[in-house]
This record gives sequence, structure tokens and C-alpha cells, in this order.
Amino acid sequence: MSNSIAELEDAPLILAAGTNTTESHPVISLRVKKAVSKGAKLIVVDPRKIELTDFATRWLRLKVGTDIPLYNAMAHVIIEEGLYNKEYVAARTAGLEEMREFLKEYTPEYAEEITGVPAEEIVAAAREYAAARPASIIYTLGITEHSCGVHNVQSLANLALLCGNFGVENGGVNPLRGQNNVQGAGDVGCLPNLLPGYQRVGDDKARQRWEREWGVELNPRPGITKVAAIDEVLKGKLRAMYIMGENTVVSDANANKARRALEAVEFLVVQDLFLTETALLADVVLPAAAFAEVDGTFTNTERRVQRVRKAVEPPGQAKADWLILSELATRMGYVQSYDHPSQIWDELARNTPILAGISYGRLGQEGLQWPCPTPDHPGTRYLHKDVFPSEKGYLQMVPHVPLAEPPDDEYPLVLTTGRRRPNYHTNTQTGRARGFDTLSPHEWVEVSPHDALEMGLSDGEEVRVVSRRGRVQAPIKITDRSPAGVVFMSFHFPQTTLTNALTTDLHDPITETPEFKACAVRVEKLR
Amino acid sequence: MSTVKLQIDGREITAPEGATILDVTKSAGIEIPRLCHMEGLTPNAACRLCVVEVAGSRNLVASCSFPVSNNMVVKTNSERVAKARRLVMELLLSDHPLDCMTCEKSGACDLEKYAYELGVSSTRFEGERHAYPLDESNPFIVRDYNKCILCGRCVSACNEVQFVGAINVAHRGFDTKVAAPFGRSLLDSTCTFCGQCVAVCPVGALIENTRRFQGREWELDKVATVCPYCGVGCNIELNVKNNRVVKVVPLNNAAVNQGTLCVKGKFGMDFVGSPDRLTTPLIRRDGQLIPAPWEEAYDLIAAKFSQIKGESGPDAFAFLSSARTTNESNYMMQKFARAVIGTNSVDNCART
Ligand code: SF4
Ligand code: SF4
Ligand code: SF4
Repeated sequence: MSNSIAELEDAPLILAAGTNTTESHPVISLRVKKAVSKGAKLIVVDPRKIELTDFATRWLRLKVGTDIPLYNAMAHVIIEEGLYNKEYVAARTAGLEEMREFLKEYTPEYAEEITGVPAEEIVAAAREYAAARPASIIYTLGITEHSCGVHNVQSLANLALLCGNFGVENGGVNPLRGQNNVQGAGDVGCLPNLLPGYQRVGDDKARQRWEREWGVELNPRPGITKVAAIDEVLKGKLRAMYIMGENTVVSDANANKARRALEAVEFLVVQDLFLTETALLADVVLPAAAFAEVDGTFTNTERRVQRVRKAVEPPGQAKADWLILSELATRMGYVQSYDHPSQIWDELARNTPILAGISYGRLGQEGLQWPCPTPDHPGTRYLHKDVFPSEKGYLQMVPHVPLAEPPDDEYPLVLTTGRRRPNYHTNTQTGRARGFDTLSPHEWVEVSPHDALEMGLSDGEEVRVVSRRGRVQAPIKITDRSPAGVVFMSFHFPQTTLTNALTTDLHDPITETPEFKACAVRVEKLR
Repeated sequence: MSTVKLQIDGREITAPEGATILDVTKSAGIEIPRLCHMEGLTPNAACRLCVVEVAGSRNLVASCSFPVSNNMVVKTNSERVAKARRLVMELLLSDHPLDCMTCEKSGACDLEKYAYELGVSSTRFEGERHAYPLDESNPFIVRDYNKCILCGRCVSACNEVQFVGAINVAHRGFDTKVAAPFGRSLLDSTCTFCGQCVAVCPVGALIENTRRFQGREWELDKVATVCPYCGVGCNIELNVKNNRVVKVVPLNNAAVNQGTLCVKGKFGMDFVGSPDRLTTPLIRRDGQLIPAPWEEAYDLIAAKFSQIKGESGPDAFAFLSSARTTNESNYMMQKFARAVIGTNSVDNCART
């Protein structure tokens, strides 16, 4: 997030774009609801009638995958009506004139044709967003899990740039991260092109710093992403994989392909708490300690580094992930001798400018938000206070990209996937908690009343959902949460309903995030 | 903000106008017993335990809702106040089971604490007592209506903190009770099982199912840590006995979760102690995964990795790190990939 969780509560307007916050980040949704109870406007943009629409002051029910034309049209209105923050745009952004030209065609009427949102709603939303000083944007996977994910984010960022909402308190553009330490995994360099602290692997100075610390020469060429790795295995080029704490074969888009790859790879090491579907394919399985059994840190979605503390002993011979990796490195001749994770943190921090001021001793009860460059720095609540990393914020011209796999006669419905509150991911953890099966016992397919009527389906009826890649079976739930033409499923029950057998691995060319949020399917009656 | 000057227990105090007596005593470090009041929420003024004496006022006043004013003289612990509080306590105890020896809340119960402080161990008022059956109709929260003191905290928390409104005060008089609409089970209400009501209940009326008979409050080790589920990073306190997480309590990190949780953080920790956990390394032999000692697993991986690296170079490797493990472990994963194997092909699931 560019800003902080607590700031949401004081935002005069929140634009919630493709984020089912009440289900996937329940405690953040409390801040949103609090803001509304204090008089804030809440604009919800979502094809589904999610719970947050009950709190919304305006709900834009766009068609799946039409985010860009919607936000472009809002930007069109903001520019044409002169509603943008002129001082801010002049001082801190670039590209206004090109943008004005580019957006000419994105009239609200044109956007209505594509998005299905009435033109006057688009105009009203644009005016409200521009009038609020500041306004906060929150978004989640509904925005990024598309083949045009990066462009979706850019089209949202344009709105924030035009209205001066970057680098201000209670504003910003705020991605809400799904898993507890996604933020941290990226921060500490688990990315193929970036060293810890987002330093490029190709940057000689950055690399040399780590070469000195680690005493080895480092590879200057970026590596491949996990999506590319699956392809490389199938091409026979990748021979060994090491997977720590991920249930890849059921959580990846196009799961059948991921399974084929992991079956094919010559040597697979999986380190996990449980014998997951992925671990079952491994050559060696290593038992890891759970969060309650280790010391360390997690970094939450607002860049806050917080202390994780050991409360219980791991079962049997299970060990902390960091310990397994350092023992294995030692076994391979690269001797590692940490006694405590705080030493690992210190090694990370002293070579990572954004984390340099953070140490275990300073984390206390509240944690610290990076950037925190020095030991006396208080941490950073919101980013870009004075300047952008690239000096000026560039308005980005992003054209509409139609769905990678639009519905057609054979596969007439759009399947969109997401989370449900009581479940987490592939359910390896929540599935083992007492009582959770009562709240959400199995997968179901959410179908609109209109589609159900058309197909002659009744509530609870077991159906087959078929895409170009696979087929699964599940009962349906008829609900007006789904708009006509769209069905919804989660990926929480891979043992019985492998939703990701349906999804496509067509992905965003920049981030390689697969289009989990939309693929074409048909629903078949069993009899 | 304009201020007022008043005297509390003989001390001269300056306070912001509009503050309640309770607010002011709190910042002055004066302890006033209370059972229904919660910081930041609408005062219920239901328990009457927080009464104080205000000079010139005929009746004692509820400090949680009575605003301070200029030249006010307040006594928080006069004999008159103590007597009134003891009376309140005796009335509460007249319809409260005195089974503290088996109550899960004992040791963390406000009623018990104030009864102790006021020296009240029995009641002069013998009257009709409730004999409701235990409500075990859902797997997470056990409700004992007989212990409920109708303070209303759970209702306010559900409404004003969680914005759910699953429960309310129903019926009147002796039949008054807190319930989901139409007396249904919470499972058939809008309840999300966030556990906020349990967290704020001052007595043993709301208890986590997981902790029943798992240990007395004072036997539990309490460890502050962070929820392992979503990216909010709610601060939690694991309560542990005999190497088992018995219950989870929300912590009040004002910047993050302010003492709130969702169902996953509150009730989703059984996986830690699950019998399905892996307890030894496993090595595939003749198609089967067989338990093996660490040494063997390390040797096998080291040999195989060295062989593949020797034959095909570092580009034949890919490492997939975890968005669910610590920064330190993730750091070690990329260090292993880069420094030991020599590849930058290390990724995490941020893309999914
Ligand atoms: S668990 Fe949460 S939602 Fe359910 S009644 Fe209690 S406070 Fe309300
Ligand atoms: S259940 Fe607990 S919190 Fe709710 S009214 Fe009764 S005593 Fe108060
Ligand atoms: S308690 Fe719920 S909202 Fe908070 S971090 Fe855990 S999963 Fe996320």
C-alpha cells in the first residue's frame, strides 16, 4: 500500500476497485465501514454484488474485465471538466496533453457500451472522486489477476495522479495483499529480477554489495518467474525445483498443466507443514515449522514489519524454514552459522537501504513501516510524500484490452474466481480448524437467477463446469451476487473441486500474473 | 478545545470540556470499576458499578456517561460509593452462578475481580435464578446465559466494531437475553464468527469452544505474534498450555487491528497442532515417500543439486518461495538460490 491501513478510516472517499475486502481482508473492511459511518463516500466497482455494496454510496456494476475503459472514462471526465488538481498535475506529473488527446475517445457513452455502467453513473463517480480531497483507492486481485493487470493498475493510478492523491495522507493507491507475507517475500528479494530491497540484479553496484556480503560472485542475468518455470520444465530445460510452503499444483492457474510439470521435473524438493497435493509429487519432502513455532518477522500489506514470536515447539523433527535452508547450504559447502533469525535480519537490513533502520530491538509492539533508512527514522506511513521514484509521475495511456478468453457459443459464461472469508487458499490450514467445515463445507458455483432460469437449473443442483482446459463438478447456488453471464467459484476445495483446472494461464505480459479472474466456461446439467 | 477545572478525590485536575468523569479519571490514573463501559463505544450505562459521588448531586452518578464541568467536586471512593457498589455487586451475584472453580473465565473475569476488590462473596438477595441450558449450537462460541450480566458489550462490539449486528437484546424483565434474531443459532444469523463478542465479554458468558477444559487462565502462556493468514497482519496473542495453542486473543495494535480479528485469526489455529503435520523428512524410494533422517535428506538433495548444477548449470533450477513464511526464511531461500546455486530464478506467489 502507498498509504496505511489506519488512514482509510479518515479518507473522505474510498474507491474500492475489484476488491472483496470483507471476505479477503476482513479487518481492513472494518476501517472502510468505519469511514462510511463517519460520512465518507464509498464507490464500489465490482461485477459481483459483494457485501461491501451494502455499505457503498455508489456501486458501479461493470462487466468482467472492463476496468480500463471505466477508469479511462472517469479520467476523461476529470480532464474535460477541468476537475483535476492543476497545481499538483503541473508540479508533479507529466504527460497531461498526450493524455487528454488519448482519452478523447473514452467518452462516458463509449465506456457505457463496453462496461455496461450507465454514462451518468460514470460521470457522477468521476466528479465525486475529483471533489474528494483526498480520495483513497483500494484494490486487490480483481484488478491484478487479469491478463491486463498492470494496465488496470495504471488506469487507476492515473486517477490518483490527476487528482493529486499520491503522496498525501489518507489518499493513495493501495493494493491489499492476500497472503500474510507476500509483501515481505518480495521485499527480501524472492523475485527473479530483484535483489533484496528491490535492487535490480543487473545493477552492478547493488550486486557488488551483495557479493561482498555473501562472498560469492553473483549472476547478473534475471531469472525466470514461476509461470515461466512451469513452461521450462515442460520443454525439458528445467531439471530441479525447490518449493517452500506453496501448494502449486492446486493453486496455480491451469492446474492440470502445473501438475504435469511437477510430475515431469527430474528432482523436486517440497518443504511444507503438510503432505499437500504438491508434496505428494516430491522426491524429497522436508517438514517445516509453522508460524507459531518460529521467531522472525512478517511484513503486512502496509509495509509494516512486525515480530513473529515462537509460542510452541514444532512437532517431531520439523524445523524452521530458515534453519533448513542454512543447514542445506552448509551441506553444499557454503557454511551458514546463524544462531537466531535476528542475525539473518541484521544481514538483510545492513545491505538494504529501505530496511536499514529496522532491527528486532526497535520493533516493539507496533512494528515499523519501511522505508526506514536509519536507526532514528520513525518509519514511513505513506509513500511519495515529496517525490516519486522517477521524479515525476507519468500519466499512462492504457488502451482497453478485451478479455484474453471471451465467452463464445461453446463456452458462453465467464468464470471469475475469488476467496471466501472462512477459508484460506487451498484450505490446508483453515480446513484443519474445528468448525470451519460448518461455515463452508464444500465448493459451490454461484449462478445468477437469470442464467439458472435459462439453463433450467435449481438451487443446490450438482453441475459440471467445463472450460477449454478441464472440467469440475460442484453444486450451484442461485444468487444475485453474480450478474447474468458470470459464474463465481473459489479455489478452497481442490480435493473435491479443482477450480484451477478451469482457469487459464494466459497472463499479464509484464508481471506474468495469470488471468484467474476471467475465463470462458459452460455449465452442464449432469442428467 | 476549552477546558474545565475540577477536583477528584482531592486532586485539582484540568480536563477537556465534554469529557466524562470516567475519561478524566482514566487519564489521571484513578481506577474506577466498571463492567459495561468500553473505550470508544457508546456508553451503555447499564452496570451502575462505576458510580461516583458528585458534590451537590442528590444521587450517585454513572461516571461513564456523566460529563465533567467547571468546579465539580468528585469522590470516587467514598464510603457511600463503596456501599453502592457493593449493593450493585450483590444484586449481580443474586443471579449469577457462583461456580468460579470450574469457570473458564476465572482469573480473567471482571465480576470476580471486582467482587474480590469490594469484598463481596455472597448475596443477601435470594430470588429467582435463571437456569438456561448452555448454548452450544455453533462450533466456535459457547454461550452461557446464566452467566450473562446483560452489560451489552457484545451487542455494541458486534454493531459498532464489526458492523455486523448479528445479536441484540431481546425480551424484557427477567426474560431479557442477548440473542440472534428470532432466537436462532448464530449459524443461521449474519454472524461471521469474528469472536469480537467473546473478546469483550467481561464474564464467562461467552467462551471459545477450543479452550474449554484446556487450562485455567493463569496456566496459559501468552505470546504476542502476528496472524498467519492474510496481509492485514493482525496482532494476536497465542495462549498456550502443554505446547498447544488453546485460544487466540486479539491484541490492540492501534495502527493495525485495534483489538479486532476475523474468523481465521480468531478460530483458525488448529492447523498448528494438527495430527496431519509432517514430522520427519520423507524420501521417495520405489515410488513411495518413506520417512528418513535429516542427514539422509540433506545428503540426497546436496548430491542431486550438485550433479544437476554440474551437468546443466544454474539455469536448470527454479526456487519457489512462500508468502506465508517469515522474511528471514524468504531471505534464506533467495540467498540459497543466488549464492549457492547461482541462479536468480527465485519467485514467490505474489503473482497469484
Ligand atoms: S462472533 Fe462477531 S459477528 Fe458473531 S455475534 Fe460475535 S461479534 Fe457478532
Ligand atoms: S454475553 Fe457477556 S458481553 Fe454480552 S451482555 Fe452478557 S455479559 Fe455482557
Ligand atoms: S485475523 Fe483475519 S483480517 Fe486479521 S490478519 Fe488474520 S486473516 Fe487477516
